[in-house]
Amino acid sequence: MTAIPLRPPRRLVDLTLDGEPVRAPEDSTLLDACRAAGKDVPTLCQGDTLTPKNACRVCVVEVEGARTLAPACSRRVEQGMEVRTDTERARHSRKVVLELLASSTDLSTTPRAADWIEEYGAEPDRFGADAARVDEEPKVDNDLYVRDYDKCILCYKCVDACGDQWQNTFAIAVAGRGFDARISTEHDAPLTDSACVYCGNCIEVCPTGALSFKTEFDMRAAGAWDESAQTETTTVCAYCGVGCNLTLHVQDNEIVKVTSPHDNPVTHGNLCIKGRFGYQHVQNHAQNRD
Amino acid sequence: MDLRFGAGKPTDEERAAVDALLGPPESAWEGADDRNDTDLRWARGGREARERRELLLPGLHALNDRVGWISEGGLDYLCRRLTVPPAEGYGVATFYAMFAVKPRPATVVHVCTDLACAARGSARVCAELERDLGPAGSAGSGAVWQPSPCLGLCERAPAALAIRAGETPQAAVVAPATAEAVADAASAPHDAPAEPPAAAAVPQTGATVPQGGATVPQTGADGPCPPPATRAGTDDAVVPAPGPDAGQRPENPAQREPRADPCAPPESSARRDTSVPPAGGNLVLLRRVGVVDPGSLDDYRTHGGYAALRRAFALGPAGVIREVTEAGLVGRGGAAFPTGRKWSATAQQPDHPHYLVCNADESEPGTFKDRVLMEGDPYALIEAMTIAGYATGAHRGYLYLRGEYPRALRRLRTAIDRARARGFLGEDVMGQGFAFDIEIRRGAGAYICGEETAIFNSIEGRRGEPRSKPPFPVEKGLFGKPTAVNNVETLVNVLPILIEGAQAYARTGTGTSTGTKLFCVSGTVARPGVYELPFGATLGELLELAGPPETLRAVLLGGAAGGFVRPDELDVPLTFEGTRAAGTTLGSGVVLVLDDSVDLPRILLRIAEFFRDESCGQCVPCRVGTVRQEEALHRIKDLTGAAAAGDIALLREVGQAMRDASICGLGQTAWNAVESAIDRLGAFK
Repeated sequence: MTAIPLRPPRRLVDLTLDGEPVRAPEDSTLLDACRAAGKDVPTLCQGDTLTPKNACRVCVVEVEGARTLAPACSRRVEQGMEVRTDTERARHSRKVVLELLASSTDLSTTPRAADWIEEYGAEPDRFGADAARVDEEPKVDNDLYVRDYDKCILCYKCVDACGDQWQNTFAIAVAGRGFDARISTEHDAPLTDSACVYCGNCIEVCPTGALSFKTEFDMRAAGAWDESAQTETTTVCAYCGVGCNLTLHVQDNEIVKVTSPHDNPVTHGNLCIKGRFGYQHVQNHAQNRD
Repeated sequence: MDLRFGAGKPTDEERAAVDALLGPPESAWEGADDRNDTDLRWARGGREARERRELLLPGLHALNDRVGWISEGGLDYLCRRLTVPPAEGYGVATFYAMFAVKPRPATVVHVCTDLACAARGSARVCAELERDLGPAGSAGSGAVWQPSPCLGLCERAPAALAIRAGETPQAAVVAPATAEAVADAASAPHDAPAEPPAAAAVPQTGATVPQGGATVPQTGADGPCPPPATRAGTDDAVVPAPGPDAGQRPENPAQREPRADPCAPPESSARRDTSVPPAGGNLVLLRRVGVVDPGSLDDYRTHGGYAALRRAFALGPAGVIREVTEAGLVGRGGAAFPTGRKWSATAQQPDHPHYLVCNADESEPGTFKDRVLMEGDPYALIEAMTIAGYATGAHRGYLYLRGEYPRALRRLRTAIDRARARGFLGEDVMGQGFAFDIEIRRGAGAYICGEETAIFNSIEGRRGEPRSKPPFPVEKGLFGKPTAVNNVETLVNVLPILIEGAQAYARTGTGTSTGTKLFCVSGTVARPGVYELPFGATLGELLELAGPPETLRAVLLGGAAGGFVRPDELDVPLTFEGTRAAGTTLGSGVVLVLDDSVDLPRILLRIAEFFRDESCGQCVPCRVGTVRQEEALHRIKDLTGAAAAGDIALLREVGQAMRDASICGLGQTAWNAVESAIDRLGAFK
């Protein structure tokens, strides 16, 4: 469904994108303007339901007169701005950022990462075999979801979703500093001892697969995960009367994970533990019982 | 907010430390042990409780000062008291280098291994400590030592700082450091010899200690030799907690500072001669250092103190901003932004309240000028902050002081208390109907917190990560309100501007760099210290004052984020425009002198290591880029020419992306010094 929230009318500002004059509503970001103009700017930490932290820096563009490049996901359009999205300077930064990320973390489950690495000519291997990596073992401490921080690019989206932007549970935060910074619970405790309420909204927003359903994690480990064989069905959660939308991802007639449409004006993709993880009863067929 | 606290309980000590800061808990909702009837009737919390979040950093200090580290139970109790999610409290505690979340001994010795100290033999001190106390980080004999980034004691390099936790925490500065003196300070910080007076760091006063004569008039001096008990023991307490001896404390601890202390031990090396001619009337910012008693408000007023604030009241806020603008004052923290424009932009914001933040988180390796100013003339900073608050419409000023400056903390606290008691701070400053007060916030070991927006997050009790700009601080700064952030040196410049007038002030210096500038000269010079020169003097003239080495290899200007200058470039004028034209920067005023005995690749490696350690980790170019740069410099530290060419190309590519795409100045400048060493000094050639 497409929701059209009513807003006060917004003025349009004039700017140029790669030399072409465009108009964009005030308060929109450069990324909005780029996308409206059909330009593909790569993004990792930007998410449609959260305020971007602009931490990954793959979406940088050149703004005329600025000393440094600007993150398209966060910089607001201004009247008369001259923006170039595909200059050598911007492409260089994107390339190096992709190299830095791919040389330190596992981007194998990050959608589009491989395409961008190819498009920008990034060579993550050139830092040598001894280049420091995040090197984290997957944290499997509960039956619902797995934290594989070797895939984490520290986009802060899970922290924001768990914190004041959506869930207000505040079970996780960034701990440590610099290259040693990690997403962590209090005192680095197992999830089961933390404040986590297993809403799974952090999985919903994770852009790299560092957070995943235990089902998905196990199936990937067994080589059985096959997205092309999956169907997606959006339905209404049966647990309570709120009416949250669920998208059931089904492979071989089994629900393998549950997401939620981000354009739902009530939930914006957020669910609770029941909607997200409580799907076993649906497939509790006679033939599945021992 | 849906907070869950673990089962961890604070120890009695931890509870007492937190309660000493926050007062006893009123209800079980905020950590009281017993639930009473009223607790059952309503839940406490909400906005009022959440707004106490800014007390998180002081709370973490309280725990760390008392026990030496922060336990789960202690942190959970603090978080419960402040309605802070424990995960966030843990994230903040693990951000700062001076805190530990794993058990460690009460005494921690920080041994500076940064540039100036490295050039002065810190490696030898570390090797000896390793032999005597065991490897860094291991808890031997009740103390643990660890290498540290710059402690801001470069004029007395190599330096160490021993901090002992307890009911009355103690800190002892050992500089110049020997392994023996460090071990002594670690075992008995209260018996450590007192530091030389701040004026000893200013060769131009001619007051090099201990040889120089008594330069500070003493008010109420209590005898020629302070008794041992009045030395570092009670005096250097990190937090002067009211202990049993509080009543017996002399009224003015600073007065007991041995100035030309005949009882002070002689300096360990006689490398300093005292031949800098006193600058006489030429010192402006430093003119009171070594002259005024830093503990006495009356002495400060006798030496011209509070005349500038009186003039400010006569001019009105707009008049003050006009003077500062016309004087051409630009920020001395490194960015050189016009102060008048910053103040006027803050003053004009319709949103209220406005805040003033004094950035005293001087952590750039090789920088110690702000420390000398704060230790030698603390009331000057307080007066200048009051003027800045008046001009920008702020009624509250935060003085964000780096955690490694125990003496500056002690003196500023004393000075603020006295100024408040005498009506120079508070509800009605000097009877002019202007309310202004200052709160000191101690940093806890994070270079990034000197970044103008990271400082806000740190004060607010969040991780000291920089914010994206825009919005700029003048629009949305501390607590989301319009804020003026100024460096210590910048603020102190306001006093001569108001006293002499903008025109007279602007006659010193050059057209676009007006006034005088403080330079922190360290490394292999005869007389390291803080020098004050009018803008326009050349680097060579400055080095002549400090006594350059016979075989000069290079000068690092502007610190780790600055650039190297060759011996044949000493005629570069020390102005913002002059250094820019020469392809370098004044930065925060660092002048680190290296002779030809220096191992340049190791110095570059240390710079890379510094940035890798100090990156906050928020953005990818800086978090990973600093690591990749350090790795490349490791690979080529013994290579030259073609063997190094590949990695130098790699360094350049990563450096360019860091400069272009990092969120803040740390990542944007982290590659500057190494790049200039490669391009201008021919490192690895």
